[in-house]
Amino acid sequence: MPELSYAQAACTALAEAMRTDARVVVLGEDVGRGGVFAQYRGLQQEFGRDRVVDTPISEATIFGAAVGMALNGLKPVVEMRVIDFALCAMDEVVNQAAKARYMFGGQGRVPLVARMPIGLWAASAAQHSQSLEAWFAHVPGLVVVTPATPADNYALLHAALESGDPVVYMEHKELWGLQGEVPEGYRVPLGTAAVRREGRDATLVTWSRTVHAALEAAEAAAQRGVSVEVIDLRTIWPWDRETVLASAAKTRCLLVAHEAIQAGGFGAEIAATVAEALQIPVRRLGAPRVPVGYSRPLEDEARITPDKILAQVVALSEAGGRERSAAPR
Amino acid sequence: MARIRAFENAAEEASKGGVAAFGASLSAANVRGPLHLSTGQEAVPAGVCANLSRADLLTSTHRGHGHTIAKGADTTAMMCELFGRASGCNRGKGGSMHIADFSVGMLGANGVVAAGIPIAVGAAQAIKLRGGGEIVACFFGDGAVNRGPFLEGLNWAAIYRLPVLFVCEDNRYSATTPTGEMTGGEGAAVRAAAIGVPARAVDGNDVEAVDDAVCALAGEIRAGGGPHFLHAITYRVKGHVSVDAAAYRDSGEVTRALEQDPLRTAAERLAARGIGESVLAQIRTEADAEIARAVAAAHAAAWPEVAEAYRDVQDVGAGRWY
Repeated sequence: MPELSYAQAACTALAEAMRTDARVVVLGEDVGRGGVFAQYRGLQQEFGRDRVVDTPISEATIFGAAVGMALNGLKPVVEMRVIDFALCAMDEVVNQAAKARYMFGGQGRVPLVARMPIGLWAASAAQHSQSLEAWFAHVPGLVVVTPATPADNYALLHAALESGDPVVYMEHKELWGLQGEVPEGYRVPLGTAAVRREGRDATLVTWSRTVHAALEAAEAAAQRGVSVEVIDLRTIWPWDRETVLASAAKTRCLLVAHEAIQAGGFGAEIAATVAEALQIPVRRLGAPRVPVGYSRPLEDEARITPDKILAQVVALSEAGGRERSAAPR
Repeated sequence: MARIRAFENAAEEASKGGVAAFGASLSAANVRGPLHLSTGQEAVPAGVCANLSRADLLTSTHRGHGHTIAKGADTTAMMCELFGRASGCNRGKGGSMHIADFSVGMLGANGVVAAGIPIAVGAAQAIKLRGGGEIVACFFGDGAVNRGPFLEGLNWAAIYRLPVLFVCEDNRYSATTPTGEMTGGEGAAVRAAAIGVPARAVDGNDVEAVDDAVCALAGEIRAGGGPHFLHAITYRVKGHVSVDAAAYRDSGEVTRALEQDPLRTAAERLAARGIGESVLAQIRTEADAEIARAVAAAHAAAWPEVAEAYRDVQDVGAGRWY
């Protein structure tokens, strides 16, 4: 397959799934015109208005109808435009989609994929810039996916559609245009991380757009003689404990960096798990607990930049170095 | 209607002392937690479901026993569910508030007011996409007309012309508050009509009237006429939950309502048509006996294994995560 953008990769995966599985349908605002990020381009022309359904601005019913469709044999793809708008459908996500299979004793299942993009989006301010993956990871019943590359957006969307669970699928709004090679038939199982860069001195766990900032930071760290292992978690729930613990056991220190607010962010869960298991130094780097401001200096304060990651990871690796020399070989 | 009444009476008896709300204390009741009884509202599910086949679908409310029974669910599996037993229709995981029997097209009671409306329209959209002939009966209470999903879901059904029968089962109360005091304008049917869903009101305590109305409405829907709306006006004889004595309302109101009791009205009609008391007594006796067997079976049934707590959460990422 040629290079695709992050948006094209997802659209390609969805089209392939729709060709092979008549149960897959799309519903949401503006999908017939390709979606506001072109992530549905051409689908209504190919599959028709009954399978790529333009809907009213009714987030609760878009999501709730998808639950009813799923309970009645379909596999809906739910378009929420941005995570911030999906908050209008929280009952349908948390009380209905996530609970139906369990509270009805397994009589029904809710196989759906809800696309609700996260992340800072330049100059879009407080209601279009949030990263709320931790909210959904907290809810039993849901799978939470955060692809960082075109190849993963292709493969993970396929995996999400094949999973049979309700999947909260969180693309990043500043990655739509990112180009990358997408291997033919590429597949990634849910719940598996990718080691994006190997290293000895510190483990850096991250996901979504922050993967790219982390790789820049790791390159800069290498020039200072610090070898950083960068793990792209890819799936937030379930998260790949084995890969993270194996890396942290090797480097003897862990930094988790994410664009979401640090307080109560999913980095806290990872850091706590690693600290409990390995008793090594851990750090978190997330956004300050303020809404994202419109003005550039205010927005920049909320961004997790390579420089911020570099400062944290270099300081951490020194603590890890003491651990490594103390640890039995 | 007699079977629903017998079920509600038995559930009420088995719940005594089992709710921590409204000042009562939790104790060793067999039916624990909030129990929302539909006593006095039996004519609505009976009249609606008389016009449904098993393949038709139904979404329900927190007050859903009557809908479940009328749709054809097994009362023993239901009572086991209320008792929290492994043989309950939801394996003990839902209880009264989430009771469901997918095998008869009953897609679940719901603990959130109006939450069944979007689910019903989605189920109907799946039917339409498949080209199926089934319809979806979507039950909700009068309180639901003040929630957003009412507007969204009715509009959705109207624009896609979905095979949904919306049934507003109006028992006059939103928990402990009279719904009339909380509802602007003319209420449910007028709101539905304004969205383009043809609506009619009916005496929800008159099972024949409900049956006649739904026969016509369901016929329209099955003929491809899109969604229709029934506003069935009834009365909640019991409190919001089983231990709510409903002291906030005038006892005369209840006394007057009991004169319109749907079972009593139906019995009088049948008597006037020459159906003798012995036939009616036999119907009641059989219903009571069926429910007594259900209660006995529920007492004897096994509890769920603790491992059941981890089943049917999800496929990916399930297990004992701490």
